[in-house]
Amino acid sequence: MLRESLRDSRAGRKSANSRGMPQPSRQERERQREVRRGNRQILLVTYCITIIFLCMAGFLVYFMAVQSQEIINNPYNKRQEVLAKKVSKGKILSADGKVLAETKTGADGKDTRVYPYKDMFCHIVGRAVNSMTGIEGKQGYPLLASHINPFTQLANTFRGEKSPGDNVVTTLDTKLQKAAYDALGNRKGAVVALDPSTGRILAMVSKPAYDPNRVEQNWEELISDSNEESALVNRATQGLYPPGSTFKVLTAMEYLIENPDSYSKFRYECKGTDSFSGNVINCYGREQHGSLNLKMALAKSCNGAFAKIGTTLDVAQFRKLTERFMFNKSLPVDFEYNKSKFSLSKDSDMGELTQTVMGQGKTMITPLENAVIAATVANNGEMMVPYVVDHVESDAGKRVTSYEPKSKGQIIDKWVAEKMNKLMRSVVTSGTGYSLSSLPYEVAGKTGSAEYDSEGNSHAWFVGFAPADKPKIAVSIIVEGAGTGSRYAVPIAKEMFGEYLGW
Amino acid sequence: MDKAGAALKLTELFGEYNAVGVIHSVVVELSKYIIIILFAIYTWHCFTVFMGRNEERKDTIYRRQNKIMYVIHFICSLVLFLNSLDWKVLIIYLVQLVLLVFVNKAYIYVYHYASKLVLNNMLMLLMIGFVMIGRISQGFVVKQMIFAGIICLLGLFIPLIIEKAAYFDQFGVAYAVLGILLLALVFVIGEERYGSRNWIKVGSFAMQPSEFVKIIYVFFIAAFLAKSTSLKNVVKIGIIAAVHVLILVAEKDLGAALIYYITFLAVLYVASGRAAYLFLGLGAGSAAAVVAYHFFTHVQNRVTAWQDPWGTIDTAGYQVAQSLFAIGTGGWFGMGLGEGLPTKIPVAESDFIFAAISEELGTFFAICLILVEISCFILFINIALKMTKRFYKLTAFGLAIEYIFQVFLTIGGVIKFIPSTGVTLPLVSYGGSSVISTVILFCIIQGMYVLNCREEDNVERKPKRQQSR
Repeated sequence: MLRESLRDSRAGRKSANSRGMPQPSRQERERQREVRRGNRQILLVTYCITIIFLCMAGFLVYFMAVQSQEIINNPYNKRQEVLAKKVSKGKILSADGKVLAETKTGADGKDTRVYPYKDMFCHIVGRAVNSMTGIEGKQGYPLLASHINPFTQLANTFRGEKSPGDNVVTTLDTKLQKAAYDALGNRKGAVVALDPSTGRILAMVSKPAYDPNRVEQNWEELISDSNEESALVNRATQGLYPPGSTFKVLTAMEYLIENPDSYSKFRYECKGTDSFSGNVINCYGREQHGSLNLKMALAKSCNGAFAKIGTTLDVAQFRKLTERFMFNKSLPVDFEYNKSKFSLSKDSDMGELTQTVMGQGKTMITPLENAVIAATVANNGEMMVPYVVDHVESDAGKRVTSYEPKSKGQIIDKWVAEKMNKLMRSVVTSGTGYSLSSLPYEVAGKTGSAEYDSEGNSHAWFVGFAPADKPKIAVSIIVEGAGTGSRYAVPIAKEMFGEYLGW
Repeated sequence: MDKAGAALKLTELFGEYNAVGVIHSVVVELSKYIIIILFAIYTWHCFTVFMGRNEERKDTIYRRQNKIMYVIHFICSLVLFLNSLDWKVLIIYLVQLVLLVFVNKAYIYVYHYASKLVLNNMLMLLMIGFVMIGRISQGFVVKQMIFAGIICLLGLFIPLIIEKAAYFDQFGVAYAVLGILLLALVFVIGEERYGSRNWIKVGSFAMQPSEFVKIIYVFFIAAFLAKSTSLKNVVKIGIIAAVHVLILVAEKDLGAALIYYITFLAVLYVASGRAAYLFLGLGAGSAAAVVAYHFFTHVQNRVTAWQDPWGTIDTAGYQVAQSLFAIGTGGWFGMGLGEGLPTKIPVAESDFIFAAISEELGTFFAICLILVEISCFILFINIALKMTKRFYKLTAFGLAIEYIFQVFLTIGGVIKFIPSTGVTLPLVSYGGSSVISTVILFCIIQGMYVLNCREEDNVERKPKRQQSR
């Protein structure tokens, strides 16, 4: 309409000329010029402002379409209660169709959230009271949206009933979860199982756990934490532990990358103890491993050999490798977690270097992060982002939102992943993971005993995957304060592989 | 009466079967979509009415827009009534209806030449404001109606005043002095609200002088620049404008300071035709903003709240975070009038009314609202383009810029597009000073246009008269 009014004034002039009508007087022309003076500038300013407004409207659309779902899932947003008046919060289901959480309406009309598996899924499924956590928290709004037939909803309104909210279907496998939960027994620790080719979280256990059905009754005890159990913490994603010898997987990986042609020539003579610029490194129990190549160094988890490897590595490049594996980085996952930490740098001294490469030192890792490393090796070097929500469906079973596997790209070259796969198999065939060799398929892995105090007490670790030639499951297990990985963590892995892949 | 009370009353009346409750749910649910569709049609007409020259078709469309406004007003008021079953809501509705119909008829008569679409938009925005403010607080909407009613009535005389005072462009100095004095009055009898010392209290009425001065301020700039854009003159006006802006900065009224500054630059650019002034001014403004950021904590707070409202959700970021929760949870179609929690947003009835609207009436409605604001602005510009007298042209343009820039600041702040500056959404937000000054602004632009058309007629008639002699 702006152009039009300009056209008006111009066209008026032209037509006057062309039709041979009397020329407008000088006075008239001057008046016209006076009217138009400044109009070009006015139009320019107007265009700019209109563009800014369109950008602003675009920003609003972007906010709604992309950001809003994540943003509204915030404990400061009190609108879930409003939605819950119209919609009965949906179920959280396992991949095999079992109910992990549902809403039951009591005789008094009051809704309560019920968790049939009690404390088995408490951390990953989360709770809906006393600050929401886990899937309950992050999927709060999808669970309170109803996508059933609008006419049914209308009919429900007429009957004065709430419409059923959408159900969240997870990637969790109840049988595998139970196997891990039982195998961990009464010990503190955590278990994570992933599907390496997709990043689906198959199981996630953290102990001590708590009963989400009784959170409000037990809340005082849970937060006062008088037994120092930290039951509210999801150790699988938030627990930061020294990685112990499981970190040798990354050290070996870096050595392969830096010595693609000569790694097979690596030799080390283990006498049970060694000294690097005055820093003494002992093998576990001062065991003498004798002459080792890279494969046997990993299989026997020889500290001396890895300290030696460490002295040859390009520290800056090693740091980059660990950061590609998401150390010191935020993970794109939708549950609570802590960042794993890797602090080695060019300025680090020899003591820190030799400690770090064998998994002690200042490095801290979550069981989830360790599972991702194992899964990436299993998936030929391509990292898949771990995720736990497969899709959201209406109560009638119609899909509302689907979550596809997301790749973080090729983190290491395929040949490095394949070589690591072989090296990790040797841990099972002829090293610290030997008890897994009785399974009817090949297993690859790495044990670890992460010392956490000066008295030599250690957490037991195992990371690995199976079947080694076509991995379907990657696991990461930590048992706090137990002792060696081979004795306490490997049996749990065995239970899980057996449950998932057969004995 | 709250909802629980209403429910209780219903069970008394109808027993267990909650008939009105059911009607209420159905009406709220359906009305959301109907309102969005109607408002979308209205908005569509705002931009398409100028296609084609058929005057009759235009009139039909304008009348259709009017009908849409009345229907939306009726539906919203019905929902508000069902929400509370409070008879006062019906009375308020009827009073609003009388006000809207009266203003519509009277303005068509008084502003005969003027744009019917501007009038439609003005009424539409007022109506949306009435509904939303009424939903948040009945006390507020009654006050808003009183202010709107009085000023709309007075607005009928603005063309007369403009016509009588044909020498409006002769009082440049007076405008400047009056404006600065009024702004500075805040330091003498002012009080602080929401962190800005920009209110004065007369009796039981509190008002914001900056809202009124902004109109005189445009008169002052236009009056001087219409005469001359010589460097000496520009420097002189620049200094006086800077005094205005600095007083506002001292009052911590950042939004108004920005509006005044940008308006000065835009009018100067149009009057002088020199882009250099514009770039120089924008550069100096940016530098001043950086300096202000380093020296004033309240500026820093606004910026941090904008960059990361989640990290500062307990302090500076609270308001913006709540606003985004409201918009995000409301979704594209809204929660339904009365079904959301807009009162969780601090000052939802005023500076953050856009978030409240978006939450309950939906993002689609909110986007249409943005488009209607653009439509108003383009119409103002259209009028400015047609103005003959330089003073009129610059005034119309300056007022248009003030209007749209204020809309930009408030909506941009609410949706976290820019840092929030705490200004109202003209005509929609609750606030006497704001609604009064905006209605005056609309009336002046329309009134000057009426005058301009009459003068045009005179110019065209004069030569004829000479010939006949």
